[in-house]
Amino acid sequence: MEHVLQIIGIDHYIYLSVLLFCIGVFGILYRRNAIVMFMSIEIMLNAANLLLVAFSNYHEDANGQVFVFFTMAVAAAEVAIGLAILVSIYRNIGTIDIDKLKNLKG
Amino acid sequence: MIEIIFYILSAVTLGSAFMTVISKNPIHSALWLVVSFFSIAGHYALFNSQFLAMVHIIVYSGAIMILMLFTIMLMNLNISQEIAKPIVTKIIAVVCFCLIGLVMLTALIQNAPAIDAYTSTGKDFQSIEVLGKILLNEFVVPFEMAAVLLLMAMIGAVLISKKDKTIA
Repeated sequence: MEHVLQIIGIDHYIYLSVLLFCIGVFGILYRRNAIVMFMSIEIMLNAANLLLVAFSNYHEDANGQVFVFFTMAVAAAEVAIGLAILVSIYRNIGTIDIDKLKNLKG
Repeated sequence: MIEIIFYILSAVTLGSAFMTVISKNPIHSALWLVVSFFSIAGHYALFNSQFLAMVHIIVYSGAIMILMLFTIMLMNLNISQEIAKPIVTKIIAVVCFCLIGLVMLTALIQNAPAIDAYTSTGKDFQSIEVLGKILLNEFVVPFEMAAVLLLMAMIGAVLISKKDKTIA
C-alpha cells in the first residue's frame, strides 16, 4: 500500500499545521473567556503535534512520535493544573473573564 | 481516494477549530473541539500511526474534554454571559491572524521546492511494538519523569481546587 506522504506530500501537512496554529493564536487574541483560551492553547499544541508526526513519518524515525507522546502527557498535566486554578479564581472572584483579573495591575 | 480523505479531514479540522474559537457558548466550543480532535486522530490514522491515534483519542477526547466540560458546568457558564470585547480588539485579532498566516504560509510556500520527495524504505518504525521498545529502552528516564509529572499535577490540582478550611 502506498504511503500517504507519497500521494499528498509533506508540504500540505505543513500548511495545515500552520493554519491550525494561526487559528489557535486567533482564539487567544479574540476571546476573553479563559476556558476558550485554554482550548485555543490545545489547538496550537495539536498543530505542533501533527507536524511532529508528519516529519516523523517523513524521516521514518520513531523518536518524533515518542516526543508527541510526552507532549500529550505534559498537555494533560497543564490542563489539569490550569483548570484547577480557574476553578479557584472563579470561587474567589465569581468570573473567569480575563479582563476582570487585574489585581496585579498588569 | 486517500487524497479525498485528506482534504475532507483537513476541512473538518480547520472548520471545527474555527468554530471552537468563534462559538459564543463555551459548551459548543468544547463540542467543536472534540470534533477537531477526532479529525486530528484521523490524520494520525491516515499516517498509519496506530499508537498515537489511539492515545490521542483517549487522552484528548476522553480525559481533557471531560475535564473541560466538567469545569464549564461547575462554573455554570452555559448561559453565555460574556461581555463583548471592544471592536478594536477584535479587529486587531483578525489582522494579527491574517498577518501571521500570510507570513508563515508565504515563507513556507517559497521554501516548498527545497523539500525532497518522500521515499519509503518500507521498514517498520511506528507499530506499537517498536514504539514500546523505544519508550522503555532509550526513553525510559523521560517516561518515568512523565509519570512523576502526572502525579505532581494530580496532587497540585487537588491542593489548588480544595476549599481551604480555616487557616489557623
